[in-house]
Amino acid sequence: MYKCGAYPVIEKTAISAGIYSYEILCPDVVELVRPGQFVHIKIDGFTLRRPISISEIDRRNDSLKIVFEIRGSGTAKLTGINVGDNIDMIAPLGNGFTLPDEIADDRRVILVGGGIGIPPLLAIAKEMRESSTAILGFRSYDKIILEGDFKRVDSHVITCTDDGSVGFRGQVTTPLVEELDKGDVDMVYSCGPEPMLKAVITECVKRDIRCEVSLEERMGCGVGACVVCACKTLTGMKRVCKDGPVFDGREVVL
Amino acid sequence: MSMRNRRKKRDLSVTVAGVTFPNPIIAASGTYGFGEDYNELYPINILGGISCKGLTLEPREGNPPPRIAETPSGMLNSVGLQNPGIDVFLQKHLPFMNEACKAPIGKNRPDTVVIANFAGATLDDYVKTAERLDKSDISMLELNISCPNVKEGGAAWGVSTESAARVTKSVRAVTKKPLMVKLTPNVSDVCEIARAVESEGADAVSLINTLLGMRIDIRTHRPILRNNVGGLSGASVFPVALRMVWQVANAVKIDVVGMGGVMTSDDAVEMMLAGAKAVQIGTVIISDPYSPLKIIGGIEHYMNTHNIKDLGSEIVGKVRQW
Repeated sequence: MYKCGAYPVIEKTAISAGIYSYEILCPDVVELVRPGQFVHIKIDGFTLRRPISISEIDRRNDSLKIVFEIRGSGTAKLTGINVGDNIDMIAPLGNGFTLPDEIADDRRVILVGGGIGIPPLLAIAKEMRESSTAILGFRSYDKIILEGDFKRVDSHVITCTDDGSVGFRGQVTTPLVEELDKGDVDMVYSCGPEPMLKAVITECVKRDIRCEVSLEERMGCGVGACVVCACKTLTGMKRVCKDGPVFDGREVVL
Repeated sequence: MSMRNRRKKRDLSVTVAGVTFPNPIIAASGTYGFGEDYNELYPINILGGISCKGLTLEPREGNPPPRIAETPSGMLNSVGLQNPGIDVFLQKHLPFMNEACKAPIGKNRPDTVVIANFAGATLDDYVKTAERLDKSDISMLELNISCPNVKEGGAAWGVSTESAARVTKSVRAVTKKPLMVKLTPNVSDVCEIARAVESEGADAVSLINTLLGMRIDIRTHRPILRNNVGGLSGASVFPVALRMVWQVANAVKIDVVGMGGVMTSDDAVEMMLAGAKAVQIGTVIISDPYSPLKIIGGIEHYMNTHNIKDLGSEIVGKVRQW
C-alpha cells in the first residue's frame, strides 16, 4: 500500500553543504511507513521522479523527514521548495528494514552508514535507541551529517572520517570488526557506497551475523511496474524499488 | 445549472481489431508491468486496455543497470525485456489481470482489454510463445518487433520488410486471436514495414516504440546507461510519433494504435485525429501514476465540450490536412 499526492513541507534545513533535510506533513503516509522505506518525488520540469530515503518518522507529528544531496539539476531544483510548499510524492515505497521484535538488554544492533547513505539508518536508531551502535563514515569533518541526531535518539555513535579530521581515521570496517567481535550483536544494517556494503556483508557473513543492506539505483516508476531498477540476487533479478531497497546481505550479488 | 451545461456521461468506447475497449487509453507495454503494482493505488479497470510487460518464451534478466536516464522532456530506458517468461505469466499474472480488468459490477461497459506483448530472439521463439498465448484466454496479441534494447531479435525483426513480414506470417499461422504488431520508428520508412505486416495478416499496428538514444556523464565520460544506448520516450518524441502515426494511418487499411510521448488528453486527441483508433501511454504513467485517470477524464471533457458522441466516427483520422 502506498499513497500518491501533494504534501506540505513544514521544515527545511540545510544540514551540510549541498545537503538538505525536509520535514513533510503526511498523516496517511505515516500510518503506513516503516524504517528503510523511501519517497518518490516529482520535480517540476523533470520526467523522472527522484527516490529519497526516509530519515525519520514522527508518528506524533504525522510527519516524515527526508535527507537528500544535490546530485544534478533535478535535486538542485528540489531545493527550491520551501516551507509551506507542497511536495508531490509517491510514498511509502519499498520493503523497509526488518527490525527485531524484541532485543535482550545485553544485545544490540549495529548501523553502518557511509555519507549520504546514512539517513535511512537514523529511522532504525530512533526505534532501537540505546540498543543501537551507529558507525558513521564521512570523507572529512565538513561532510558530517546527522551525527547529533543519532546521539539525540540515544544511539552509541562511532564517527569515522577518511582524513581523520574527526573521530576514527579510516573506513568504517575497522571499528565494525571490533564491535562485531565483542559478540553481543544480533543484527547489522547498512547503507552507503557499494564497496562499503560489500565489506560489511563479508564481515557479517564470516561471523554468521544477520545483515541487511539498503541499495541505491536509478529508478523509473518506483512502484515495481517498469523493472528499471534491477538488482541481482541469489534468487534471480529483483526490483530495488519494490523487492528492496533493503536486501538480505547473504542474498544480494553486488 | 441548466440542463444544457450539465456534464453528460459519454461513451468513450473504441474498437481495435474487432475488440471493443471501454475507452481509448491503453497502458503501454513495459510501463505498467502486469497491473499489480498500480492496482494498489486505484482499480486498473479504469483503463481501456493494458499491454503487459514484453514476454519471451524463457525468463529474461534484462540488461545490467543503470537502465534509465533523464533527458530533456523525456527519458531513456534499456531494460532489455526482463520478464518472468510466458509460462509464469500465464500461470501467475494473467489470472490476476483478467480478474482486475473486469468491468465494475453494474456498469454496462466492456472489460478492460488485456493485451499480451511478446518478443523473441528467433522465429521459433515467437511462434512457440504465440502458440501458448493462443491457447490462453488473452484478448489480444501485440507482436513486438521493435524492442531496441536486446542484442538478438527485438527490433532486428522490425527494421526490414522481409523479416517483419516473415515473423508476422509465422505468428499469424498459429493464432486466430486479434494480432497487433508494434513497430519501431528506427527505420527509414515506417509505412513500408506497416504495409508488409498488413499483407501478412496483422489486424492492427501499434507505433511508435522508442527512438534509439544516448546520454553521457561528462564527469566520468561514461554513458549513463550501462547498455550505452537505450530507447527515448516521453514528451520529446510526441511530434515524431504523431507524424509517423499519421503517415501509417494513411498507408494501411488495418487499425492503428498510436503511442509515443502522449502526456495529456489533448495529445491523445491529436493522436486520434491523426488516425489512431486507440492511444497507448507509458512514460507519463512513470511520472504520474494517476495520469491515466486524468487523460481519460480529459477526453470525456473534450467530448462534452465539442459534443462528440463517438470517437471512432467523429475523431479518429479526422485531421483536416492541408
